[in-house]
Amino acid sequence: MAEKPVSNFSSGEKPTWDLYSKCVHCGLCLDQCPTYRALGTEMDSPRGRIYQMVLVDQGRLALSDSFVTHIDRCLGCMNCQTACPSGVPYGSLLERARSQIEENYPRSWLQRQVRSHFYGKVLPSFGSLARNARLVRFYQRSGLQSLARGSGLLKLLGVADLDALSPRMESEFSFADLGRVYPAEGTQRGRVALLIGCIGSVAFAELNRATIRVLTRNGIEVHIPKSQSCCGALHLHAGYLEQSRTMARHNIDAMLKPEFDAIVTNAAGCGSTMKEYAALLEHDAEYAERAQQFVVKVRDISEYLAQVGLVEPARKLKARVTYQDPCHLAHAQGIRSAPRQLLKFIGAEVVESPRADSCCGSAGVYNVTQNEISMKILDEKMEDIASVMPEIVATANVGCMLQLSVGAKRKGLNSRVVHVVELLDEAYY
Amino acid sequence: MVQLWRRSKAVLHLAVNLPGVVDHLRKIAGRDAVLDRPEDLMLYEYDAGIRKSTPGAVVFPQNTEQVSQIMRLATAENVAVVARGAATGLSGGSIPTKGGLVIAFSRMNRILEVDVENQRAVVQPGVVNLQLSEHVAHLGLYFAPDPSSQKACTIGGNVAENSGGPHTLMHGVTVNHVTGVEVVLPSGEIVHFGGKAAESYGYDMTGFLVGSEGTVGITTAITVKLLRKPEKIATLLGVFESVDDAALTVSAITAAGITPAALEMLDGWTLHTVEAFCHAGYPLDAGAVLLIELEGLREAVEEQAIAVREVCLRQKAREVRRAKDEEERALLWKGRKMAFAALGRVTPSYYTQDGVVPRSQIPAVMRHIGNVAKKYDLIIGNIFHAGDGNLHPLILFDMRNAEQFERVLSASTEILEFCIQCGGSITGEHGVGMEKRDLMSRLFTEEDLDVMIGLRNAFNGAGVLNPQKIFPTPRMCREISGPSQNPVLMQEGL
Ligand SMILES: Cc1cc2nc3c(=O)[nH]c(=O)nc-3n(C[C@H](O)[C@H](O)[C@H](O)COP(=O)(O)OP(=O)(O)OC[C@H]3O[C@@H](n4cnc5c(N)ncnc54)[C@H](O)[C@@H]3O)c2cc1C
Ligand code: SF4
Ligand code: SF4
Repeated sequence: MAEKPVSNFSSGEKPTWDLYSKCVHCGLCLDQCPTYRALGTEMDSPRGRIYQMVLVDQGRLALSDSFVTHIDRCLGCMNCQTACPSGVPYGSLLERARSQIEENYPRSWLQRQVRSHFYGKVLPSFGSLARNARLVRFYQRSGLQSLARGSGLLKLLGVADLDALSPRMESEFSFADLGRVYPAEGTQRGRVALLIGCIGSVAFAELNRATIRVLTRNGIEVHIPKSQSCCGALHLHAGYLEQSRTMARHNIDAMLKPEFDAIVTNAAGCGSTMKEYAALLEHDAEYAERAQQFVVKVRDISEYLAQVGLVEPARKLKARVTYQDPCHLAHAQGIRSAPRQLLKFIGAEVVESPRADSCCGSAGVYNVTQNEISMKILDEKMEDIASVMPEIVATANVGCMLQLSVGAKRKGLNSRVVHVVELLDEAYY
Repeated sequence: MVQLWRRSKAVLHLAVNLPGVVDHLRKIAGRDAVLDRPEDLMLYEYDAGIRKSTPGAVVFPQNTEQVSQIMRLATAENVAVVARGAATGLSGGSIPTKGGLVIAFSRMNRILEVDVENQRAVVQPGVVNLQLSEHVAHLGLYFAPDPSSQKACTIGGNVAENSGGPHTLMHGVTVNHVTGVEVVLPSGEIVHFGGKAAESYGYDMTGFLVGSEGTVGITTAITVKLLRKPEKIATLLGVFESVDDAALTVSAITAAGITPAALEMLDGWTLHTVEAFCHAGYPLDAGAVLLIELEGLREAVEEQAIAVREVCLRQKAREVRRAKDEEERALLWKGRKMAFAALGRVTPSYYTQDGVVPRSQIPAVMRHIGNVAKKYDLIIGNIFHAGDGNLHPLILFDMRNAEQFERVLSASTEILEFCIQCGGSITGEHGVGMEKRDLMSRLFTEEDLDVMIGLRNAFNGAGVLNPQKIFPTPRMCREISGPSQNPVLMQEGL
C-alpha cells in the first residue's frame, strides 16, 4: 500500500474516515438540500460538502477560502441527514469541520473580533447578555444595523437591508423570572424545569410567558432554575466545541434534579442541542453519565404536552393552519406529529403544504451572513406555503417565526405567523 | 466501420484550450454559470458508481438556446462534452473520462407544461423524477417510471439510461413513457423527435434516443406520459425461510396468470440493514422477502391479492402480510427504495451489478451468487426487481483494500457471465456507461457493435459527446472512488 496521504486538518476533532466513509455518494440527499436546490452546485450539496471534507482530509484540497465558503453556506438544517439512507452522521461531520475552520482558518480581523466577543463573552453568561441586549440585537439582525453604522459591520457581512428580519426587543426580559416557580393550576400532573434561552429571553419573553401559562394551565408546575445558561447551540454550530461543553456542564448542574420530570424548552434549536449533551460530553469522566440522564429528560414543549395530554381548551380555534417543521425539531429530533396533534386538539384545520419540513433559510445567523441564499430559499418556501392558502402559519421555533414573517411580507401573504404555543395560549385564555 | 470509433480518441481535454473556451462559455450561459477552478471541478469527478475523472470545466445552461451554443462551441474547439443530471448513475455515465466539459442540468429544471387532457407533461431535463409526480398529484396523475433514486435523479438522466424501477413490471421502462424529445446535436442543431402523440411515424427516433446514454445528443426537453393513479393498490409482503423458496415463488406467481405492478426481492442479509434505517417491520429472521404490489380496479386487485397469498403459501411462505394503510405501504417501499444506499451503514463502498436473466433462472442465479460470494470471501446483498429477472447483486468492499477490490471485480464478472450463459444480459436499467462496456463484446458480435457505432457516429461522428462510453475500449481503465482512492489501483488505470 502507498503512504497515507497527509491531511489538511489539524489533529484534534476533525471529520474522520469512520464518519465520512458512511457516505456512498448515492446523491439521494441532493434534492432535499435547500442550498443545492437554490444554487444547483455540487459544492453546495450534502454529498459535495462531505466530499470536500474527504478531499481536505486526503490533502487534495486546502482548508482555505473555497472550503470555508461552502461549509459556511451550509444551513446545518439536517434535511440531508433525514434523507440519507446510509446513516451519515452529517451533524457531527459539520460540527467538526467548523471546529477545524475555527482553529485553522484566519478569518478577517473584524470577523474575528465580532465572533470572539459574541461567542466568547456575550452568550455564555446571562448577566452579560442582559447588559449586551444591544449586541444581541446585533445578532438578531436589527441591532446589526445600529451597531454596524459605527463599525462597518454591514459591509463585513455583506448585507444590505435586514430591517425586516429584526425581532422586537422586548422591554421586560425573562431574566427577571430566573429562580421563580409557577404553581400548577388544578390537579398537579407534573413538574418541569424550563430553559428560557438566551436569545429567547431577551427577544421573546412573551413567548416564554405563554409557555409558562400553557404549562401551568395544564397542571404542570414550572421551575425556572436560576443558574441555567445558554444551551450552547450557537457555539456548537459555529464550531466552538469547548465553549459549548462548558455550557452543557453548567446546565446539567443547574437543571438535572430528581424533582423535575422533564427539562422543557420552546426552542427547537436548544432542545436538539441539549439532546446532544451526552455525545458532546461522552469523554468527560465526570459528566458523561449525568449527561446521559439529562438527555433522557429533555423535551421540546410540544413533545412534552403531547405526551402528558392537553386539558380541554376554553375555546376552539377555528382556523386554517399550516404547520412548518423547524429543522431542529423534525430533522434533528424527529418530532413531527406532536405539534400537529396539539393544533388539531385545539380545533385547528391543519393543512399540509408541500415540503413542510424543508428549511426556511433562517438557520441561526444564516439569514444575516448568507442573506442572498437565505432569501432565495425563503421565497421557494413561501411559494409552497401560499399554495395551501393558510390563515395562520404555525411553527415551533423563534428563528423560523422571524424568517417566515419576513417571507410572508415579501410574498404579500396576509397569514399570521405564530409559535404553536401562542395558539395554545390563545385557546386557553 | 470498425475503425470509426477510434476517431473519438482525437477529442481534446478541455485544459488544452481552457481560457478561451471558458470565457466564451461565460458569455453564453452567464458569469456565475461556469466553474473552472480545480477546487470546484473536483466535485464533478464522481457519480453514485465507483469511477472517477475530473472535468476541465462545468457549465450550467438554463435553456435550449444556450445548450445549442455550447455544443457548437465544443464541437468547433474539439472539446469532449458529458451531460450530467443528478449523478446518481451507477455505471459512470456522467463521468468525464477524458476531462473536457460537463454540462450540468441542475439549473434547467422547469416543468414547462402540464397537458391534463392529453395526459402529457413537457419538462426540462433537470426536473427531478419525483418532483414531476408530486407536481401533478393533485390532478390524480403521476409519472410512472420510478427508479429507486427517484427522489433525486433527473428525468434527463432517466431518458439517457432508459431507467426502470419496481413498477416497470407492469408499466414498462422510461422509453414506454416518453413520446417526444428535443435534442441538441453536436453541431448545435436543435431537432425535435416525436411529440405528444403516442405513436410516431417513420423511424422511431425517440426510441433510439432513449437509452443512448448521452452519446448521440443532449436532451433539452422531454414530453412524457402521465398516468392516472390506480383505483386500488394492494401491497403484500411474502416472508420466506430461504432465498430459494422466494426465488421459486416469483415464476409461480406469473405462472398463475397474475401480473403484479411490482415484484421485488430482498434477501435476509439485506433486510437487517434496511430495517435499521426505515423501521418498516421487515422480519429480521427471514431468509428472504418478496414485496408484491397489485394495482387496478378494486375487485380485480382484491381477487389477485387472494391468489398471490395462496401461491406464496403454497411455495412455503412463512407468512404473507398486507400493508393496512398508505403509511405502512410507504414504509415498506421506503425500505426497498433506500436499500442500496442503506448498505453504506455496513461498508464504505459497494459495487452494484445490474444483470438480467429470464425469470425461471432466478433460483439458479441466486445459488450461483451465493457460491461466488463464498468463493471470493465477500458479502453480496441482493435487492432486486425479481419480476423482471433484473438482478442487483451488491458486492460490499472497502476501497482501502486493493486485494479485496480485485476479488470484487472477479466475482462481479463471474456473476455477469453466468447471466449471459442463462440467456440474459449485463444491464437491465443502469446502463452500460464505463462499467460494462468491456462486456459488450460478450453480448454482441463485432458486426452488431459496428452497426451501433455507425449509428452513433451518424450523430456524433467526431466523438465529442460522452467519449469512451458504452463501446469496448482497448484497455480497461480502473479507477475507483469513494472516500479514499486506492493509489495502487489508480496506477493500474489511466
Ligand atoms: C440508490 C440508487 C438507486 C437506484 N435505483 C435505480 C433503479 O431502480 N432503476 C434504475 O433504472 N436506475 C437506478 N439507479 C441509477 C440512476 O439513478 C439512474 O440511472 C438515473 O436515471 C440517473 O439519473 P441522473 O439524473 O442521476 O443522471 P446522471 O447519473 O447524472 O447521468 C446518467 C447518464 O445520463 C446522461 N444524461 C443526463 N442528462 C442528460 C441530458 N440532458 N441529455 C443527454 N444525456 C444526459 C449522462 O451523460 C449519463 O450518461 C439508482 C441509483 C442509486 C444511487
Ligand atoms: S450523505 Fe447519504 S444520501 Fe447523501 S450522498 Fe452520502 S450516502 Fe447518499
Ligand atoms: S445541513 Fe441542510 S444545507 Fe447543510 S448540507 Fe444538509 S441539507 Fe444542505
